[in-house]
Amino acid sequence: MAEIRFSGFGGQGIIRLGLITGKAISLYDNKSATMTQSFGPEARGSACSSQLVVSEDRVLYPYITKPDITIAMSQEAYDIYEPNLREDGILIIDEDLVKPRPTRANIKMYSIQSTRIAEELGNRIIGNLVMLGFFTAVTKIVSPDAMKKALPGLVPDRFLELNIKGFDRGYEHGLQVIKKKK
Amino acid sequence: MRDEKQIEGAKNPMEDFLRMDRIPHIWCSGCGIGTVVTSFVEAIKKSNIDLDKLVVVSGIGCTGRVAGYIKLDSFHTTHGRAIPFATGLKIANPELTVVVFSGDGDICGIGGNHLIHAARRNIDITVICVNNFNYAMTGGQVAPTTPEGANVSTAPYGNYEYPFNLPYLVEASGACYVARWTCLHLRRVTKSIQEALNKRGFSFIEVITPCVTLYARRNRLGEGLDLLKYYYDNSDIQHGANTKDLDIKYQGKLIVGKFVDIEKPTFLDSMNKHFTKVLSDKYEPYLKEAKNG
Amino acid sequence: MDGDFAIAEGGLAAGCRFFAGYPITPSTETAERFSERIPKVGGIFIQMEDELGAMASLIGAVWGGGKAMTVTSGPGFSLIMENLGLAAMMEIPVVVANVQRGGPSTGLPTLPGQQDMMQARWGSHGDYEIIALSPDSPQECFDLTIEAFNLSEIYRVPTLLMTDECIGHMHEKVIIPPAEEIEVVERKWYKGPKDKYMPYKPDKDGIPFMVKAGDGYRFHTTGLTHDYRGYPEINAEWQDQNVRHLVDKINNNADKIIKIEEEKTDNAEVVVISYGITSRVAIKAVQEARKNDVKVGNIRLITVWPFPEKRIRELACKIKAFVFPEINYGQIVLEVERCAAGKAQVIRASHLGGGVHNPDDILKLIMEAAK
Repeated sequence: MAEIRFSGFGGQGIIRLGLITGKAISLYDNKSATMTQSFGPEARGSACSSQLVVSEDRVLYPYITKPDITIAMSQEAYDIYEPNLREDGILIIDEDLVKPRPTRANIKMYSIQSTRIAEELGNRIIGNLVMLGFFTAVTKIVSPDAMKKALPGLVPDRFLELNIKGFDRGYEHGLQVIKKKK
Repeated sequence: MRDEKQIEGAKNPMEDFLRMDRIPHIWCSGCGIGTVVTSFVEAIKKSNIDLDKLVVVSGIGCTGRVAGYIKLDSFHTTHGRAIPFATGLKIANPELTVVVFSGDGDICGIGGNHLIHAARRNIDITVICVNNFNYAMTGGQVAPTTPEGANVSTAPYGNYEYPFNLPYLVEASGACYVARWTCLHLRRVTKSIQEALNKRGFSFIEVITPCVTLYARRNRLGEGLDLLKYYYDNSDIQHGANTKDLDIKYQGKLIVGKFVDIEKPTFLDSMNKHFTKVLSDKYEPYLKEAKNG
Repeated sequence: MDGDFAIAEGGLAAGCRFFAGYPITPSTETAERFSERIPKVGGIFIQMEDELGAMASLIGAVWGGGKAMTVTSGPGFSLIMENLGLAAMMEIPVVVANVQRGGPSTGLPTLPGQQDMMQARWGSHGDYEIIALSPDSPQECFDLTIEAFNLSEIYRVPTLLMTDECIGHMHEKVIIPPAEEIEVVERKWYKGPKDKYMPYKPDKDGIPFMVKAGDGYRFHTTGLTHDYRGYPEINAEWQDQNVRHLVDKINNNADKIIKIEEEKTDNAEVVVISYGITSRVAIKAVQEARKNDVKVGNIRLITVWPFPEKRIRELACKIKAFVFPEINYGQIVLEVERCAAGKAQVIRASHLGGGVHNPDDILKLIMEAAK
């Protein structure tokens, strides 16, 4: 059982991250996942978030209460959502977009320049997929194969390859970071 | 009673088209709605429409009762919703010829929004709007068509609101066929209904009729026949008149005629064309066998 | 797939090829899905000028021979009510989904509620019965939309799918079986002589046959009180006949219509009853309570209307208390109170909308009830 929050600003593809991860887990990793998101004017523009509850059995309570993992791709999202993260949770940030405070309690923090890597790959719009690859590597909550299987239908066909490339780069980077930490 | 023997055995010429088991009807003596029904029956007799495929939808009100007397598939719906009901019926079953037969309050008061949108979409239906200048079924209240100065039960000191000019409204909304007559223009009404039935697209015919019991009496306009004749005598046939100029003044001149008669693709035509273009072979047309739109 | 999408897929799987609606949060995604899918499966989507027109057009479409549905939320549901009454009176098989949000009025467009449950039953004027189902997941949005169509066809009655923003916008796995494995009930078409057709003459099972316009029956139908032919009859005798028929055709078949899920109610001291999204939260509380050795049973109402009063009456004689969480001030719980008739305590757990219950709050009430 895990609660995950993806957050950032509108237009970064934050909701997409929840959809892809949820699809990967529930269709290809044989677990249950429930995704919710905030809607309405308050969900447009500035801080934006999608929430995923993952469970071996059926997810009953649909919302997250105290997330185990928080991904923040903007300063505002970090400021709003970091305090809600569990004390032994995992925090993942885009280090170019978020200036973190010193980590509190036993929170493990991982950072990546996801947007910059995406730009290097030729299109900053896949920054979210770089982040997703990174998240997959450092949390191991979902298998990379399942994630890649989940992409078709959730990213535009003509960008599928580019998205996979972004995912792979983020994933490799994540593996290296873990190795270094050990 | 002298007539009864004479007509015994003789067939009422409308019998095949009316639900005779529901006659006598509820309309007041001298009311003009019956004459519009006569014109309608004449029109469908003359047209070569398959009567099995011809349906009548009415809303609520005196004219709303028309659906109940006509021996076709006929639907008596809710107040103001005859047009959207007809919209659903027509596009779900495009081989039907759908006629909305209802009053001014029903069609342009409570149902006004549906009127303009059905015209805008160019839904292929014919709307016959019997205009008697007031809400008659409920006792003669002010309507969106009541001329300024007329006295009605909820404007007991006279009406001070501006009425709708219906031909102008529906033309602006996109109607393909627009005409106005008084109910005494029997043959003209008949011809207009024939034309409208054959028209692909949204057709609208306004028929001015006297409400003898309420509007006429309250405004001391004489007996039914007097007012019927008054409307007729005070009408001026101006085919193709600019609909902007068709305001109706209290007991003023009535400009009548056929004002709009144009061709353009219907809702279903446009839908089919558009989806064929953008979806090509992925488009699965609705009811392929349907003949018209 | 989210619940809103699943409703559209359920409708399509049930054979619905006519959708008319008006955009309203949080139900709009269903309309969007229909508008995208329907041209590829041979159907019609029309965005009407309002919900009054949408509901009227559905009834027209059904008389035109099709299966039709709409989806809406609070303020739109209020407008739907006008012609839901006509659908009840004309005995129209049609499905309306309500993705409930907090009310009254504009309320909470983007947050969940279960505040239209009584409106679902009593919202249009006059005496009539409807069927209302309440899904607890996107999967059930799919399954129960099909079920709603089937029930509406069997009983010639408008059927409601009462879900909420949480489920409507919640993404979960939805399994869509192959078409041949989905049970779809077709309309009960009249096949007798054309001049003998009567749109409201009950068949042996109490349900009249249908025809479609344009097939030569020259039938009449009206929202007025009517006889078997559909002709207006403005008198107390036919009113009695009409209303009894509309109410009895559902009530007499209630046992066949009602679906509830029951768990460990046999030796229970406390029974939690809930429906929709609330039932998932309630299970959490029930599981916790059992860890504390409370004998607690759980009932989930899949069918909310007709209300399973027989079963609630039986249980009321055996248990100490019902706990009823729902996201409103107290609506369906009134039915439980009526059926319990003082024989068992009925404890309301009201969440007034904008979220779902905290399971701990339900747990507390279960523990108190068990004392």
